[in-house]
Amino acid sequence: MLRIFIHRLLLGIATVAIVSGIIFAAVEALPGDACTAILQRDASGERLANCRRELGLDRPAVTRYVEWASGAVRGDLGISAHNNKPIASLVGDRLKNTLLLAGCSLALGIPLALFLGVLTGLRRDRFSDLALSTIAIFAMTIPEFVTATVLIFVFSIWLSWVPGIVTASASSPLSAFFPGIVLPVIVLTMVMTAHIMRTVRSSVIDVMSSDYVQMATLKGVPYRQIVFRHALPNALLPAINVIALTVGWLLGGVVVVEKVFNYPGLGHYMIDSISDRDLPVVQAIALIIATAYVGVNLAADLLAMAFNPRLRTLKARSP
Amino acid sequence: MSAGLTAPVAMTARTSRLSAVIREMLSRPSGCIGLFLVIAHVALALFSPFFAPFDFKAMNANAILAPPDSTHWLGTDQLGRDILTRTIMGGRQAILVTAIATPLAVAWGGLLGIYLGLAGGRLDDILMRVVDAFLALPWILKMLLMIVTFGTGVGVLVPTLAFFYGIPVIRIARAATQNIVARDFVLAARARGHSRVSIMRRELFGNVLDALMVEGAMRWSWMLLAFTSLSFLGFGVSPPTPDWGLMIADSRNFMAIAPWPAFAPVIALSSLIIGINLTADALAKALGIDRAQAAVH
Repeated sequence: MLRIFIHRLLLGIATVAIVSGIIFAAVEALPGDACTAILQRDASGERLANCRRELGLDRPAVTRYVEWASGAVRGDLGISAHNNKPIASLVGDRLKNTLLLAGCSLALGIPLALFLGVLTGLRRDRFSDLALSTIAIFAMTIPEFVTATVLIFVFSIWLSWVPGIVTASASSPLSAFFPGIVLPVIVLTMVMTAHIMRTVRSSVIDVMSSDYVQMATLKGVPYRQIVFRHALPNALLPAINVIALTVGWLLGGVVVVEKVFNYPGLGHYMIDSISDRDLPVVQAIALIIATAYVGVNLAADLLAMAFNPRLRTLKARSP
Repeated sequence: MSAGLTAPVAMTARTSRLSAVIREMLSRPSGCIGLFLVIAHVALALFSPFFAPFDFKAMNANAILAPPDSTHWLGTDQLGRDILTRTIMGGRQAILVTAIATPLAVAWGGLLGIYLGLAGGRLDDILMRVVDAFLALPWILKMLLMIVTFGTGVGVLVPTLAFFYGIPVIRIARAATQNIVARDFVLAARARGHSRVSIMRRELFGNVLDALMVEGAMRWSWMLLAFTSLSFLGFGVSPPTPDWGLMIADSRNFMAIAPWPAFAPVIALSSLIIGINLTADALAKALGIDRAQAAVH
């Protein structure tokens, strides 16, 4: 188990290292750099050369990569080209807000998804399953900005129950995000609940038609006991990996939702930084999101292995 | 054994399998609805310019944000343009770009995945780490970096989408190949001394194709999602070209006084994406592939 753990951890670190290389190379390949972003129209001739010398941009790319990567490991993400503030604190505020959004959605979505997944799996092909499964397809396929637009229209403009956009700034205290956070949380919860629920449903169906559940039924074990003692502990295992993918998605992929609701999170900041050509910030955010994604998936794999001894062989590593 | 003898037999087997799969898909209500929606949308994208009631960029200063009436059946937008016209033409760019990019993505991702699944070894180890690294980056970051550098023309979007959305296909094709490589008929081909290319062509393609077709349908819906989301955020189709994402974004500003401009593009976009997903679901069931584990986009 320890060997697998170390092996997996090293693979994860290797992936993050490759990600950092890709990010650095991609941003390097873009036209313009931090100096053209700072100087804007004055970016030419002497002033540009001076600025590059000052920021050390005239050194070879490999040197700068090593410096950037070793700084990032120590938590030093550099300086924003846009307003000269340390990126760590700028990104830190947004990360906190994104974590709040993700945390609320997970707290609401995971229990709901597990409950609905088990319910639809046990009541397979009956009316409640068909109705809920159809709603799930709608919830997970309709683009987030469409759902968000419809929800804003109904709950904010028509019924005026909750505000349609978040007005708090990035560094506001967490309490300032209520009640504006309600609609973005609902949009995210709908999408993630549908995904997790579908996985749980099919896994419950698999387990309920397995030999050992049939055996238990034939032995006369009460239905309730079959479901809770024999079936569910196995049926819920595949949920771990889907939940991990969901967490990774919530930390990095909710750009559209954050933008629609003007929520000052990491994704919103990422788009703004790309528009502003604030490349050091783009690099930092990309690295954070990728690291979180790799970390969450690693944790899920290890958790699944801890619960399921059959996975504990080196051969069964990530497909 | 002459090719002339085996080819026709293989051909009929393939066509009858195709018709069996389609019949199987149509036997479910979800497959019927899905296929109908997809075909209707593609037909609309192809032929809408011929029967659109108005010019999509014609502005009417006397009918700004006019509610639906007998001239403008679905009303007009903030510039007095006919919403019905813009809605039926609003999917053309998205469908054109994604319909070209999807087969490209499945082709290059599928080929590389099958090769890696068959070859294994050091190259496989290294490339799969690179694949993981790309998957760890959010799609919108990858797309936006390309768009701010090279613009949003079809010539940029098609290769960009095809490249990034082909990367997850590598994983799917590789996993599907690994399931097959250990089977007897591949071992037999290896023992007969066939080359890797020959094994890929004769033994693997046919068997991995099912998984790739389902994956392709899913890729298509995710590309559409990406394309329209980018338009919505202002990084995609440029005005005055009609596009659903752009129309929904525009309508948000006037929603309190005039909600109807949002209505039609919301229905159009949702029905296309749901149609593709229902089709993919029905296809997966008809081919006997379990895709309940599909990840969040």
